Amino acid sequence: MLVRTDYLTKVYSLGHSLDVYERQAQGYQAARKVLLTMTREQVVEEAKKANIRGRGGAGFPMGIKWSFMRPHPTKPAYLVINADEGEPGTHKDRTLMELNPHSIIEGCIIGCYAIGANVAYIYVRDELHLSKERLWGAIKEAQAKGYLGKTPFGKNYPVEVYVHTGAGAYICGEETSLLNSLEGRRGEPRLKPPFPAQAGAFGCPTTVNNLETIATVPAAFMLGCEAYSKLSALHHIADGGVRLYGINGHVKKPCVVELACGPTINELIYDIGGGILGDKPLMAVIPGGSSTPVLRADEVVDAPDEKSPMHAWHGKNVMDVPLGVDTMRGVGTMLGTCCVTVMAEGTDPVLAMLNLMQFYHHESCGQCTPCREGSAWLDRTVQKLYDGNGTTEDIALLADIANNIMGNTICAFGEGTAMPALGFLKKFKREFEEYATGTRTKAQARLTVD
Amino acid sequence: MAFALSPERERELQDILTRYPTRMAATIPLLHLCQDQNGWVSEEIIQYVANKLDVPPAHVQGVVTFYTLFNQKPVGKHQVWVCRTLPCALRGAYGVIAQCEKKLGIHVGETTKNGKVTLRTAECLASCGTAPMMQVNKEYHENLTPERIDAILTKLQES
Repeated sequence: MLVRTDYLTKVYSLGHSLDVYERQAQGYQAARKVLLTMTREQVVEEAKKANIRGRGGAGFPMGIKWSFMRPHPTKPAYLVINADEGEPGTHKDRTLMELNPHSIIEGCIIGCYAIGANVAYIYVRDELHLSKERLWGAIKEAQAKGYLGKTPFGKNYPVEVYVHTGAGAYICGEETSLLNSLEGRRGEPRLKPPFPAQAGAFGCPTTVNNLETIATVPAAFMLGCEAYSKLSALHHIADGGVRLYGINGHVKKPCVVELACGPTINELIYDIGGGILGDKPLMAVIPGGSSTPVLRADEVVDAPDEKSPMHAWHGKNVMDVPLGVDTMRGVGTMLGTCCVTVMAEGTDPVLAMLNLMQFYHHESCGQCTPCREGSAWLDRTVQKLYDGNGTTEDIALLADIANNIMGNTICAFGEGTAMPALGFLKKFKREFEEYATGTRTKAQARLTVD
Repeated sequence: MAFALSPERERELQDILTRYPTRMAATIPLLHLCQDQNGWVSEEIIQYVANKLDVPPAHVQGVVTFYTLFNQKPVGKHQVWVCRTLPCALRGAYGVIAQCEKKLGIHVGETTKNGKVTLRTAECLASCGTAPMMQVNKEYHENLTPERIDAILTKLQES
């Protein structure tokens, strides 16, 4: 169901200054209330009720993540915010940094207090120069007002927020890679355990939250976390609150919009995105960033078992299932970042997969052999098919390579490469075979709609 | 002349160092400062950064070679990055790249003969809702049309 909200986006059209944030969006009242009237334990317990599933893609419950943080006798704790937005198809965090930076700073104050940290680092990818400028501007404004510093809101609990930048590596969106990058190292993912809550930034207990996750915290505490969770159509399956949804690719009006959790893909395409370019039929969507397996327009939910959590949508088209962490898992893909990439009929799926495999080949950090060699091999093999030099054995080879990456790497980048590859191979088998047999060639291949 | 940060950038570095519990954490920010000043990261800069932060030059070299945005050789005065990843490609990125190559008379990865413009492709720059797009130096140009691309490149070649 489509329910528009404006907890995060109200100030988007009004301005990004502290003054606007305080006057128009009850800015910093949640942080003030939390620091002055609640204990740290109460904050974490309250946060759990918001059912905020991590907005970076994995969907881990934020409150539970905060509860993993235990005070350490000698080491400080850190809050690290992941704003390395770079998953192809994802364009939501940038709007928050540019248009509502104070929600992020306020979220950091509450987050620091909840996990026992005095410092938050916001890790922004270097290319987002305007985002960094707006964040630093917001930090300076909040410092001048005394909301950051030694005694925020008069409370003896110092909080400082810093912006840290990367240097163009997609892998640094992986949390342990991000921590290495923050420490001034190559952004190679770390083995887990230890998890960041035990040994994260600089060897100290650390929570890494996605930027949108932390930006939504003030709204949750303003409203009361349970009431915030209930805004969602998926509150009953612990997927609460409101989110930013992106719609891009072959729609008439690509955009970012804030909605209560639980709209369907069809609603995003037709009610928000204005329909498909040229009024063409839908071929497929990538539901939440390039690592989430593709969904075809003709897929139907198959859950005849009444006990299945997906049974409520049995027989329905997948584009009519509410977008949620567990519902998307239920249809064999992932919710990811909630930014939907739309492909109209006529798009060449083999060329689309080639484009994505070039991305993963370029961005593999090279640490684990299955991913380093596998991503390159996938790229070369799809290219060979696309060039008309492949055979049906190459299609089997692609699946074999992808299956041998899965589960054999330190971080989830391996799965992030293999899953979309397997998705395209399975769902567009006919088109791959046509390339292999020469009945389809790259001369007709296109990604655009004319 | 040996490389040294300008006084203004040196002050910025001192501010950066206060933010972290280790000096090594300033590696990437300091490399950005150096590249802003010099255009690329030379061997001399690697040594300079290593000395400044008390880390081995091999560490700095490792960082420089890991991250796409550090130039390991001289580049043009202006940096043009065209996003080529799927959401942009669905809205015409391949055409944008072809137009840039034709207009500049170079291929992706090359610099114009007059040293003005280096053309490269970028992987997703988080502008999928405003595709196609390109980044010119520190600025994003979104919702590109052939006319706008032409105007942007003309201006760069003249500046």
